[in-house]
Amino acid sequence: MITTKIEDRFKTEEYFINMGPQHPATHGVLRLILTIDGEIIKNVEPDLGYIHRSIEKMCERDSYQQIVHLTDRMDYLSAHINNEAVCLVVENALELEVPERVKVIRTILAELTRISSHALWWGVMGMDVGALTTFMYAFRDRELINDIFEETCGARLTMNYNIPGGLMFDIHPNFVKRVKDFIAEFKTKLPEYDTLLTNNVIFQKRTKGVGFLSREDAISFGTSGPVARGSGYSCDVRKHHPYSAYTKMDFKEVLRTAGDTLARYEVRIQEMWESVAMIESLIDNIPEGDYKVATKAVIKLPKGEFYQKVETARGELGVFVISKGDKSPYRLKFRSPGFSNLSALNKMIVGGKIGDLVAVSSTLDLVVPDIDR
Amino acid sequence: MSYFSDIYKGIKTLFQGMGVTGKYFFHARKEIITQQYPDNKDTLKMFDRFRGEVVMPHDENNEHRCTGCQSCELACPNGSIEIIWDRQVDPETGKKKKMIDKHIYHLSMCTMCGLCIEACPTNAIVWSQEFKHATFNRSELTKILNKPGSKVKKGIED
Repeated sequence: MITTKIEDRFKTEEYFINMGPQHPATHGVLRLILTIDGEIIKNVEPDLGYIHRSIEKMCERDSYQQIVHLTDRMDYLSAHINNEAVCLVVENALELEVPERVKVIRTILAELTRISSHALWWGVMGMDVGALTTFMYAFRDRELINDIFEETCGARLTMNYNIPGGLMFDIHPNFVKRVKDFIAEFKTKLPEYDTLLTNNVIFQKRTKGVGFLSREDAISFGTSGPVARGSGYSCDVRKHHPYSAYTKMDFKEVLRTAGDTLARYEVRIQEMWESVAMIESLIDNIPEGDYKVATKAVIKLPKGEFYQKVETARGELGVFVISKGDKSPYRLKFRSPGFSNLSALNKMIVGGKIGDLVAVSSTLDLVVPDIDR
Repeated sequence: MSYFSDIYKGIKTLFQGMGVTGKYFFHARKEIITQQYPDNKDTLKMFDRFRGEVVMPHDENNEHRCTGCQSCELACPNGSIEIIWDRQVDPETGKKKKMIDKHIYHLSMCTMCGLCIEACPTNAIVWSQEFKHATFNRSELTKILNKPGSKVKKGIED
């Protein structure tokens, strides 16, 4: 029997929809199970495990030199910084003092990695909200950084240039010149980013006030990196627990208090400027010296627990090693920034529109292999 | 009133953005950084540190530098390198010496981490800049690095 009551005939119901695992806006194989009422999002549940490669388990098998190259494959956009984290934890455990030259080169390369990661994020962010042009502009600038990496490290993405005790080989003779050329060029290109996307009214309307995350929530979800700093939570590892050359360097931690998508966007754009300034201050003063200190062919860590955290382009990456004195760790745990940042997605988007989900998840800057490991 | 100023601002920023794209549209030639790959095959030169594949250089007498110490095999994280070796009598000294029979390299398993080349004490293996690895048959990716009939160079000990 057809009911005549108008409320019954136009009754709405909640329903489930899968976003991903194969979706261009999820940047990898991330599956989001959405509960939607019309256009309003009621719940977002990330489903992980599609790209789990058991890297932590493989670390228990490998020697400490071999672990380094596995971390390339976690957060592939900040591969160099991941490598540095493992090298630092081994060096700290062995109480090995690396030369000043190594620290400076590591820091320059880490900041270049950060620029390249943020540039890619900027392009993809534009693409996610519908501005296809930005992608090409971001890749144009990234290409120059990739050339620097290819010339010095030998690879463009999975560098594996750090080894416990220093660097695999010295920097290429062209390195300093190339970096200087890049910085000069990038300084003229960065204002274009603002003209193309930041100042655009359509983009601002899509991002302002969308995906709000309060400072309290940012802390309680354990977010880090630009996501937390966009909410006004000062958490830069480079500032609070400095390592490598950051100990002696003067730089500003970028903070925004708005906590919305635009604030997180602005943090990343400003961080690119900061990284440029950092590289400029370092590139002329690379100290002379060795590029590595000799370690034993088989590195055995002393018994105990060791932890080291670094600031990757996405936030705080922690490496926790439990050693029983063998040539490989008893247990190794990565605290990856993407995993914690993803957990805040539900809080940010519930009550928002489905169209905003892509913009919000894009500012989390998710790299799925980093979340799953 | 704000309605009209919004429209004005929207159109203004739109044209500012289009100004950037327009600039590159008319000055495209200067800014091209793309490699026209299949057309520049002959002139394309990779960086000298580029990690293409592992090779074992041989000199004109068909001699290599590998002593069969297996450092690379141990350093490799995923077992891409296998060395089959034997102790053979060295005709000059009359003593038995470790010599490689086959240095097998599985390119399909290699992650290009460079640890084997770092580990090699005699610089017997190096990176080649070859990047065209595609084959029709997977077995072609398993390579024997030492050439048939090759010997270890004199005076190389580990």
